[in-house]
Amino acid sequence: MAIHNILTSSGEWMRGDGPHHQIVVSSRVRLARNLRGFSFPGWAKKTERLQILEAIKSQVEALPDMSDAFSVYSQDLSALEKQVLVERHLISREHAAKGVGSAVVMNRKQTLSIMINEEDHLRMQGIRSGLQLKTVFKMIDKVDSALEERLDFAFSPQLGYLTACPTNVGTAMRASAMMHLPGLVLSEQINQIIQAVNKVGLAVRGLYGEGTEALGNFFQISNQTTLGQKEEDIIADLQKVIERVIENEQNARQMLLQKRPNTLLDHIGRGYGILQHAYSMNSKEALNLLSFMKLGIDLGFFPEECSQPVDELFMETQPAHLQKGTAQKLAADERDALRAEIIRAKLAAFPKPSVGAPGLDRDAGTGSEN
Amino acid sequence: MNCDVCKQNQATVFLTQIVDGKMQKVNLCESCSKEKGVTDPTGFALADLLLGLGAAQEMERGGSVQKCPVCGFSQGDFKKTGRLGCGACYETFAEGLGSLIKGMHKGSAHVGKVPARAVRSIERESQMKTLQRDLRKAVAAEDYESAAQLRDRIKQFEVS
Repeated sequence: MAIHNILTSSGEWMRGDGPHHQIVVSSRVRLARNLRGFSFPGWAKKTERLQILEAIKSQVEALPDMSDAFSVYSQDLSALEKQVLVERHLISREHAAKGVGSAVVMNRKQTLSIMINEEDHLRMQGIRSGLQLKTVFKMIDKVDSALEERLDFAFSPQLGYLTACPTNVGTAMRASAMMHLPGLVLSEQINQIIQAVNKVGLAVRGLYGEGTEALGNFFQISNQTTLGQKEEDIIADLQKVIERVIENEQNARQMLLQKRPNTLLDHIGRGYGILQHAYSMNSKEALNLLSFMKLGIDLGFFPEECSQPVDELFMETQPAHLQKGTAQKLAADERDALRAEIIRAKLAAFPKPSVGAPGLDRDAGTGSEN
Repeated sequence: MNCDVCKQNQATVFLTQIVDGKMQKVNLCESCSKEKGVTDPTGFALADLLLGLGAAQEMERGGSVQKCPVCGFSQGDFKKTGRLGCGACYETFAEGLGSLIKGMHKGSAHVGKVPARAVRSIERESQMKTLQRDLRKAVAAEDYESAAQLRDRIKQFEVS
């Protein structure tokens, strides 16, 4: 399969119909593995890295799950193509910086993505829309079990899977959910929630990981520790916390509808107005305004058909996605103009938010989430 | 404010963490933050970064071994990167890493998935231990017939 097929079709997780998909955008589980007897990628010499790469790549490509895979060496991807994959969370930023000696293999549905020679020899990721951590774990666990028959992984009975960074040792698993939490942000409860989540040993990050801003009211919640707990227990703990956060977000939305309807409508109305009429928009502004549109749709102020176009815009307005259709690299102001144009075109047919009727009726809230 | 790492560029990424009641602040410029993986979505970057700061002393305090005999990775390299060189480094630097790992995880022993290959070798080892124990018992009891049988089984086991 060619990179073209990957870039032009959106992955399964971006179509967004998993459980709780209004609040949980996607669930991801990542496993790190290394081959016994070889240095980790950051320390291995080039010839050793290439040897590792070839040993792993052929085995990954031979997996039944990868029969329709897109498999490519890092040096054969352009910077823009890599950036598109980063925006889709299919490769990490760190992996995007790699050249000769690394590769990525992903299936056509873009639910499985396997990075070779990132920080560890293998970083295997499963991603699905909505809250389905258990399903995603099973999916990636199956890949791992198939590979361990053919590859000898570095493992210690005491410390578990050995990883380049001691923070990952043990299960070497990182499970996370990407959540859209505008209600908690608008009602100023988000910091309390983040603190509470941190307290139980889970991490909260922005849209693109640690140190990045929570653009568009998106937050990633993931496990912090990997040693001393079974994979299933880590996932179950995470799931419980995420369900609580969903409840809190739903309550915050209901509270805003009842107690501060004007604030809520003002955000949604301004988002709608600006998105429909702007001629220049940077990606940060777009994400934040689209977040309010998404909230408006969830709350029933816009018809259900508006949901998919808005979800698509979150991805299409990212810098690399914006430029993948253009012949050459665009300057920042050209990108902002193109972004505004794409958004205007998509939102042209959207009706005004239906304020009053069923909108402010409490049943129209996040009822479908329950 | 300038970046704490390169000391040249304007710092735009500010990290704060409270460790043992003490606040640690790190200011980085865009390129150093990327290099340190602060923006890596899958990594565990803030801890990695801080791990690099506090961890180096921990390693030095604990270890007498300076270099991994398998891959040549040194304590100094760990200080620089916050990463290890190979799987064997975990044994080489076990002393220094032990408390570090304990501090960052919920437990100090793995209870999760075990690769089938490792299960087989662990089982093999325990079977071997049982045979050797039985052999010692047989010898002690002067049951030489059983001892001879056990010795043959151990020999067979070793070559299989």
